[in-house]
Amino acid sequence: MSRFFTGVVGALAEAWQELRIHRTRVLLSLIGVAVAVCALTTVVGVAGIAEQAMTESNERWGGRPATLKVTASKADGTAPDPEAMTALWTETLERYGIDYAGRIAYGAAFVQFADGAVNVSVQAVDPAYAQMHRLQVDHGAWFAADDALRLAPAIVVNEAFWQRIGSPDLGSHPTVQLLGNAPATAVIVGVHRSQSWEMEPTMYMLTEAYSAVSSDGPAIGLTEYEMWIPADLTEQIQAGLTRDLQAGLGESYVVNIYRSDPGAYDDDPLLSLKLTVGGIAGLVLLLGALGLVNIAMVTVKQRIREIGIRRSFGATAGRVFFAVMLESVVATVAAGVVGVMVAIFIVKSPMVEDLIGQGMITDFPPFPIEAALLGLGAATVVGALAGLMPALVAVRVRVIDAIRY
Amino acid sequence: MSLLNLHSVTKTVPLPDAPPLTILHGVDLEISSGDRLSIVGRSGSGKSTLLNLMGLLDSPTTGSITFDGRPAEKFSSAERDRVRGREIGFIFQQFNLLPGRTARENVMTPLLYATGKQFWNRSKLAAEMLERVGLGHRIDAMPTMLSGGEQQRVAIARSLVRGPRVILADEPTGALDVETGASVMALLDEVALSTGAALVTITHDPAIADLASRHLLLDHGRLSTVRDDGRPSELVAVSRRLPHAAGVHAVPAASGAVPDEELSA
Repeated sequence: MSRFFTGVVGALAEAWQELRIHRTRVLLSLIGVAVAVCALTTVVGVAGIAEQAMTESNERWGGRPATLKVTASKADGTAPDPEAMTALWTETLERYGIDYAGRIAYGAAFVQFADGAVNVSVQAVDPAYAQMHRLQVDHGAWFAADDALRLAPAIVVNEAFWQRIGSPDLGSHPTVQLLGNAPATAVIVGVHRSQSWEMEPTMYMLTEAYSAVSSDGPAIGLTEYEMWIPADLTEQIQAGLTRDLQAGLGESYVVNIYRSDPGAYDDDPLLSLKLTVGGIAGLVLLLGALGLVNIAMVTVKQRIREIGIRRSFGATAGRVFFAVMLESVVATVAAGVVGVMVAIFIVKSPMVEDLIGQGMITDFPPFPIEAALLGLGAATVVGALAGLMPALVAVRVRVIDAIRY
Repeated sequence: MSLLNLHSVTKTVPLPDAPPLTILHGVDLEISSGDRLSIVGRSGSGKSTLLNLMGLLDSPTTGSITFDGRPAEKFSSAERDRVRGREIGFIFQQFNLLPGRTARENVMTPLLYATGKQFWNRSKLAAEMLERVGLGHRIDAMPTMLSGGEQQRVAIARSLVRGPRVILADEPTGALDVETGASVMALLDEVALSTGAALVTITHDPAIADLASRHLLLDHGRLSTVRDDGRPSELVAVSRRLPHAAGVHAVPAASGAVPDEELSA
């Protein structure tokens, strides 16, 4: 045990001494490895952020895992009576103890802007929508439950809408005129964050408020009912819910319940991108390793005399193999650490985060630990492979020949 | 009891496009602790081959070598390396100091392959050994900054730092002028004497050969005794009564290099 321990410490001391003495050569040979590890780690790290951005974007539409959507209609497309359906829905939610749920209806309203009336898309939702869909409000606030009681309906608008009315201070309770059969004055209570490419004004209203201002009823299509539930209970709740709603609505209605969140799909949308960039990084790593092997081979040949001297003073073949191998591994691991640190610096820089996230990520993922481990693992493997050939050469040297080399 | 014993050792090497060349013919040699041997011979007579065999760097074609009563052919490769590191010290004509390492790091090199206290105290032991060979003030000097004599003294410190029982010196003064060579040999003899190690010197120089008590001649691979001045124990006893050589900082054996078995306990 003592021999093993001193052997390991001794080999490390030798490797470190060798690296210290040949630091310029080592540094030059390791640049390629550090760059490759940095590229590899950055790719994985950036892919992690991009994945989160894509997931959040999908969740904005489909809801967070696991979101179940419910639609009910007759075979001819007739929706159930909204009040009866809402009562049944509320009762069902209470029975299952589900806190996060809501209705979504899509519609439109004419809004009077300074430059004319514009038909604006409206989503009629319940207050839980923002949390279920990761909607971020940059100015003002999202709907509170008592906003439904307002006589002047509250609306939450997108940036384009807000900018179109001159970006007023929400503390001044800015209003807009809703035109149509039931004109009303709406109060803007919040401005939600939106993608930079969203140029058209849109707005959210509470379902009750929208019903009041829309004489045609809220629906463009059917009202969707959705709930956010624990993913592991999805199938159980889905089956119970189908049974209960079907029983409540009667045989003439078709109840359709499905998972709408991105977790419902198994495929990785970034897989092809990851494979492509990962492949390129792997190639860079291979080239770096080849350069390293080349330099290590030349160096070992220059060091044959030294290896012979060490052997004459008691270094076993295994020890020489281990020391030469360790030099390579210690060096590449050091390069790997540098590469990973640079990668973290790149991936976590605000510029890159903005570029990939487009300001739409609510939960920025920490730097993925698997990316750092992959980078360090790749560096270690490259070091071991690059060290293997010179180590074998070093061991095959005959001591007598080596001393006279 | 003999420390190193060569019995009817023959070494033959294959040659391309020629019959095998026999370098050593039936060499018999017995070395005990404290022995002072010199081996002289012309270039190509097989001196270095003999030294390599004695240093367990090579194996005989026929015959046997025993070290401390154990047949060398029974040693595994790693065991042979370990015995060599622990029991045998080499001094080369061209010093063979490791480039880019300080004198202390060079002397520390054999201790990297030791265990126990020798390993963990390697820096201190190396400094003490350099002090002992009169280079206490050049501990952190690079080999390129040392004179030939100083470099050979570093090499001597390196060969003795693990307290070997046999010191094999291959032309130790070959790269030095006469005066420096004599000083280095006096030092080597003195330090080896204080540790009780056997010293085998291969040399062309009759004056250097004269310092030994047993004189051997290697001629065309055959070893013969030219002169045998006395028993090693007598030599050690006589030498210890003599004043130390000028410029040599000899230290009593007890405070110097210590055998492995005492240190690694």
